[in-house]
Amino acid sequence: MKRLIPGWVKWPQLDVPLLLGLMLLMGFGLVVLYSASGEQMEVVYRQGTRIVVGLAAMLVLSQVPPHILRIWTPWLYILGIALLLVTWFAGEGRGADRWLNLGVFRFQPSEIMKLAVPMMMAWYLHPRRLPPEASSILISVAILVVPAVLIARQPDLGTALLVAVSGCFALFLSGLQWRVILGFAAAAAAAAPALWLVMHEYQRNRVRTFLDPESDPLGSGWNIIQSKIAVGSGGVLGKGWLNGTQSRLEFIPERHTDFILAVLSEELGLLGVLFLFAMYLFIAGRGLYVAGMARSTYARLLAGSLSLTFFVYVLVNAGMVSGLLPVVGVPLPLISYGGTSIVTLLAGFGILMSIYGHRNFIR
Amino acid sequence: MRLARFTHSTAGQPLKEEAQEGRQFRKRALVAFLIIFAAIFLIALRYVYLQVISYQEFTTRSINNQVRIVPVAPNRGLIYDRRGRPVAENRPAYRLELVPEKVDDIEQVIISLGQLVELPEDVLEKFEENRKRYREFDSVPLKFNLTEEEVARFAVDRHRFTGVEIVPYLSRYYPFGELLTHVLGYVGRLDVDDLNRVDQGNYRGTTHIGKSGIERYYENELHGISGNEKIETNAQGRVLTALDRENPVHGDDLILALDVQVQQAAWDALGDRPGAVVAIDPNDGSVLALVSKPAFDPNLFVHGISRKDYNAILAAPGRPLFNRTLLGGYEPGSTLKPFVGLAGLELGVVTEEDRVFSSGGYYLPGVSRPYRDWKKGGHGWVDILGALEQSVNTYFYQLAYDIGIDRMHDYLAQFGFGMQTGLDLLGENSGVLPSRGWKRAFYNEPWYPGETVIAGIGQGFNVVTPVQLANALATLANGGTRYMPRLLYATKHAGNRQADKSSSPLVSQVPVINENNWNVIREGMRRVVHGASGTARSIRPESGFEIAGKSGTAQVAAQAADEDMDETTAAHLRHHALFIAYAPVTQPSIVVAVVVEHGGGGSREAAPVARAVIDAWLSQELAQ
Repeated sequence: MKRLIPGWVKWPQLDVPLLLGLMLLMGFGLVVLYSASGEQMEVVYRQGTRIVVGLAAMLVLSQVPPHILRIWTPWLYILGIALLLVTWFAGEGRGADRWLNLGVFRFQPSEIMKLAVPMMMAWYLHPRRLPPEASSILISVAILVVPAVLIARQPDLGTALLVAVSGCFALFLSGLQWRVILGFAAAAAAAAPALWLVMHEYQRNRVRTFLDPESDPLGSGWNIIQSKIAVGSGGVLGKGWLNGTQSRLEFIPERHTDFILAVLSEELGLLGVLFLFAMYLFIAGRGLYVAGMARSTYARLLAGSLSLTFFVYVLVNAGMVSGLLPVVGVPLPLISYGGTSIVTLLAGFGILMSIYGHRNFIR
Repeated sequence: MRLARFTHSTAGQPLKEEAQEGRQFRKRALVAFLIIFAAIFLIALRYVYLQVISYQEFTTRSINNQVRIVPVAPNRGLIYDRRGRPVAENRPAYRLELVPEKVDDIEQVIISLGQLVELPEDVLEKFEENRKRYREFDSVPLKFNLTEEEVARFAVDRHRFTGVEIVPYLSRYYPFGELLTHVLGYVGRLDVDDLNRVDQGNYRGTTHIGKSGIERYYENELHGISGNEKIETNAQGRVLTALDRENPVHGDDLILALDVQVQQAAWDALGDRPGAVVAIDPNDGSVLALVSKPAFDPNLFVHGISRKDYNAILAAPGRPLFNRTLLGGYEPGSTLKPFVGLAGLELGVVTEEDRVFSSGGYYLPGVSRPYRDWKKGGHGWVDILGALEQSVNTYFYQLAYDIGIDRMHDYLAQFGFGMQTGLDLLGENSGVLPSRGWKRAFYNEPWYPGETVIAGIGQGFNVVTPVQLANALATLANGGTRYMPRLLYATKHAGNRQADKSSSPLVSQVPVINENNWNVIREGMRRVVHGASGTARSIRPESGFEIAGKSGTAQVAAQAADEDMDETTAAHLRHHALFIAYAPVTQPSIVVAVVVEHGGGGSREAAPVARAVIDAWLSQELAQ
């Protein structure tokens, strides 16, 4: 049998536990999506197609050694920034210019930045002495702030924050001194009122609604209230798959995209939610473990911040669906329908796989 | 490899401590993992809070979300007269309804609809006003009682109108039209003011409500209890399935004491003259007829009267909207004499034998102006019987003077003068039964003896309503039992086969000091019709039964008593003709009070009406 395959083909070294975790999560996600889409098989197929594309990207990236990635990194970052600037002038989308139409397909340049920013941070910190010195910190901050501001301007606050957070994780993992971290945290708290001033009115409304959803139950509070009703009425065991009334009767907004967790909570109950959280925790934990095994600073920082950012998606989405956090357009990773996010995420896991596969190289 | 690393770090940067960095990283990675673990733990706690602790609350809200309760209006109770003739019916009709949420451009759709269905301005105004009561996905009535042609026209074009529907319903219909308007009243479109006087929850699906008359007084009984249909809807309010239905309890059917045939007889007998007739059964206070003329067609009001029709009613002569039987205040005139006479006998002021000389004019000591008899030269010596038979004013001037106004007031009050009878219709006028105290309170003036004198013949301050007069006579005829007159005879609850008889509440019993005194008054009234010189001899029945009566004339324009009325007097200045009667004399089963406005003499104008009513009643009673 082995002879049939030429000897020069190297079997991709995939991290089997991580891969199994991802496959299980996405399979579970498709089952939930079938219900959340109102039993439209077509939606499931399309999501499946995206997953296949994402897995392909993952496979390809898993074969690229980290030191090659590192060489590409600045170019990717510059490309991302350039595309964001193009989007500024030629973007399209409902109420926000996030999308770039390439004729064949449309995509959000901000998705590139979700990978490019942690890569760039890792690239920059890789040759530096760690923990980083003041000048390094300043430049690192600039690396994450520039794209974050460009994305926030679109406006897409959720993605901007996630991009910024991924950069912050890289800094954190690089061993940033605690006093510096505290200093940044204090500065951020002080800057919050300023943030309020630069926010768009609809973003402010989201925050207001978040603080008191019942003040406008039929208006902007509707989403939060209906989502909470769906979650709460699910109970421990849930109403059963395909039996969620809140979702079936369309009370849940964006039920198969950003609020798909509400559908899951309603139909599969607390047990389903905890199972989901456990899977996410496993994947993120496995990612951090892989990062710990890596031999280069670049690989470690990149793998670590990708894993943590992935989990931040989960935290923000789960917080939003349960009314703990304001409504920001953050999907439930690998489960919410649509967007380029699923491909980006899987590409990120491709990088993790590569780092895992090349853990024995010192580079 | 190592070399490569060193070359890479030649940019003047210090060497990296690989192993130490790795340890540093793993420490940080562990810290990060603990932080995210703590974070997801907190969020999981949030889910526990929502799904375990608040489970009940959110389950309820989730059910409330999906299940919508749609009210089902009960059928309004029917109304019958005492012989079982339907007087208020429900007829199938069609109305046009519109769901605002489903209609993109309401104004445009209404313009298009206007080409198929007549939509006058007032209908549209009512629609706009009504919309506020409903939610966006509720169906709002636009026009009631579509003609068959309108229904057909809409049916052809209905595909053009999403969100507009033709809905069958039961519409109120009054087969006797204006004959019973002042009894039944009418139902009309429910408006905001009506909602304040009913249980709004029970009226969610109701479109019409009793606006006046019996329809209003017995609104609660007639309306019934609203039912519900539980339906599952989605977030847009679209109906998916009906889950459960709680049937409405239809309103009670009412059986009125009123006899349409008697009512019709009174109506016809009044002819074109404005006036009022009230007939009561003295045995139980039930109202046999209640006519106020002119009237109007109540059916016009059911579907919302058009401005044109309403203006026509307002402009019509004789104020058709005015219910004379309970709102009309008239001077009782001589119809008060039997009661004054009874007061005199019972209070011991006079006896049956006492006689008074009528010279044509009665003089109070120290007053030069005479109080006149209606007959020039007077009636000579008369006792109480003769005074009643010929309606001798002088006798009652003297009697009233002897009784005194306050004692007279107190005695007559026992018959219900000066107060509402409590008839089961709203808005009754209480009339006036004067006394010293009343005049002081009302005019802040002292009482003058002359006012007592004219009060003896029912003039001056006295004001009665026809229903008051009839009820007072019923009390006299039945030996002193005063009932609250009732139009309602019996109530048939939905689902019951038998109707429950409702009895007229007893108000009071007039004390009978001497039964003979009452008989004397009754005999005097009998002689008004049957006596040789009775004022109402003309209505005497040839055979079969006897009638007791008393005529009266209510002054309209202030006028010297010695000026006679005649045919030349302008119609609107002529006196109102009054007549009260009961029959049969031996065992009274009907009491009638008649007012013919500007009719002139009571005996000539009003007595024949009373006779017609009595005939209509007794012919039916005898037939049974």
